[in-house]
Amino acid sequence: MRGHRATDRLLRLGAIAVACGPALALAGRYAIEGLGADPIKDWTHTTGRWALRFLLISLAVTPIRRFAGLRGIAPLRRTFGLAAFAYALAHLLIWSVLDLGLEPAALVEDVTERPYVMAGMAAFAILATLAATSTRAAMKRLGARWVSLHRAVYAAALLALLHYFWQIKADLLPAWIHAAILTLLFAARLLWRFRRPASGTA
Amino acid sequence: MNGPKIRASEVTDEGLFLNRREVLRLGAVATLGAALAGCPGADEADAAAGSAPAGGSAELRKLSGVKPADAAFRVDGPTTDPKDATRYNNFYEFGTDKTDPAENAHTLRTSPWSVRIDGEVDKPGRVPLEDILAAAPLEERIYRFRCVEAWSMVVPWVGIPLAKVLARFGPTSKARYVAFETLVDPEQMPGQRRNVIDWPYREGLRIDEAMHPLAFLAVGMYGRVLPNQNGAPIRLVVPWKYGFKSIKSIVRIHFAATQPRTSWNDLQPSEYGFFANVNPEVDHPRWSQARERPSAASASRRRCPSTATASRSRDSTRASICVGTFDEPQALDEPQALDGPQALDEPQALAGPRPLKDRRR
Ligand code: HEM
Repeated sequence: MRGHRATDRLLRLGAIAVACGPALALAGRYAIEGLGADPIKDWTHTTGRWALRFLLISLAVTPIRRFAGLRGIAPLRRTFGLAAFAYALAHLLIWSVLDLGLEPAALVEDVTERPYVMAGMAAFAILATLAATSTRAAMKRLGARWVSLHRAVYAAALLALLHYFWQIKADLLPAWIHAAILTLLFAARLLWRFRRPASGTA
Repeated sequence: MNGPKIRASEVTDEGLFLNRREVLRLGAVATLGAALAGCPGADEADAAAGSAPAGGSAELRKLSGVKPADAAFRVDGPTTDPKDATRYNNFYEFGTDKTDPAENAHTLRTSPWSVRIDGEVDKPGRVPLEDILAAAPLEERIYRFRCVEAWSMVVPWVGIPLAKVLARFGPTSKARYVAFETLVDPEQMPGQRRNVIDWPYREGLRIDEAMHPLAFLAVGMYGRVLPNQNGAPIRLVVPWKYGFKSIKSIVRIHFAATQPRTSWNDLQPSEYGFFANVNPEVDHPRWSQARERPSAASASRRRCPSTATASRSRDSTRASICVGTFDEPQALDEPQALDGPQALDEPQALAGPRPLKDRRR
């Protein structure tokens, strides 16, 4: 029992370290190379990409757990999901504070006139809701509804992907790679349902 | 524009027949030659004859005898850190990330280099780079370079006025446009192995724009030979237009009677026009152009000081002030004609005056 808890904690700490990786790499690069030509764009893109990636990683936990029989990794879903939220929050703050300087007119213009921003906002709203209800207490309070609520994570991933595609200038390849991974994750889920019609969700 | 395509072999033919060792030896000779040519008083005609060292990280050859920029051809204030200007590039021939060109462009062979001149001209032909540069002495121009992505840099270029070069080939009265093409050779330009763009990269100007004194052919920056990732050995610089108009590593100049195809316009006609004059008043369909992020000045975005005035008066010269292309009143009079409502009203202009909603479907 004690052994279990120790590995659990180690696993979680490891996941948190992984989640901090991209942020540390970004900080390290600035320490060495300086700000660069367009730091705001760079930070926006790095945080946006990693928000999406951690979302996909979080969604990959369950299929991996099922297909590889790694029962112990279930808590990582939450850790990586929160990492996705943290990067999305940083992404939103960089855009609103550094890029637009919190100028009301500019914010309103971007939010109302740029569909890719709306898609990002919708994705963020979902992630924020899920992060707020990710505690044990919320789980208890919401009971069965918690599971259906947290299925919205798939909608968040789809919206984030749409947001990603929508702001691309020319090269769609990196976005397609993310899209392919999300498709695989959906497929894995469907496959599991198909194999286990009786076993419900989660 | 269906003129004959320039195959890479036509500009790199010598290299094709050399084996690797010979290429290396030749490279060494060229480097030595470049070093010698770099002595004070060297002929300008040799300006870009030396090939640029890999990635531009090594010291590039200094250009000598360069005439300093006149007040009319310089933006005041600090220039962009050369590190930023050489490591943050849109040059899809070497990859679509901003850092790709600096990493990958060492494979480009810039010497020997020639440019095919054809179309509506009296004197067509394949012209070695040295002969092109014989058109005028090298001079410096300090322009603000504004990307359609809303970042900007201030770069001291070295080169010669485009008009001087074009005039030498004798454009006919039918020549209403000038089209430019970049080298195509996936071996030298690994980004061309994927069809992100329908290669070659193409750009073009109306003839009056091309003959404008501000339009410039650069072979160097910051007093040295152009790094490969910045468009060596010869590139266009058109300071009153968004950066994608300033085509790099040019191998063909075609004089045309009709408006030529241009790469970004081909790719996304609703977002990138043929004229693409910098105008903070007209947003890109997906993002605002009213604010600009000047490189290295600070981590926060600068609102163009003149935007408010510009939107009130629809004074298009304000756009030039805002992007700081030129501050001198004398220079301002000139681009006004190009930036004026006439050009903007053309349906192809980067974002005509049509409201945003109309452009979205
Ligand atoms: C809160 C609302 C959001 C806003 C206002 C927002 C805004 C932006 C902006 C301004 C860009 C850069 C566009 C450009 O360069 O032209 C961007 C890119 C991006 N965003 Fe967001 N975003 C939001 C939410 C999200 C969320 C929730 C995710 C992922 C979970 C996300 C993922 C991305 C990705 C992957 C990119 C592209 C990065 C790249 O191309 O490397 N965004 N977003």
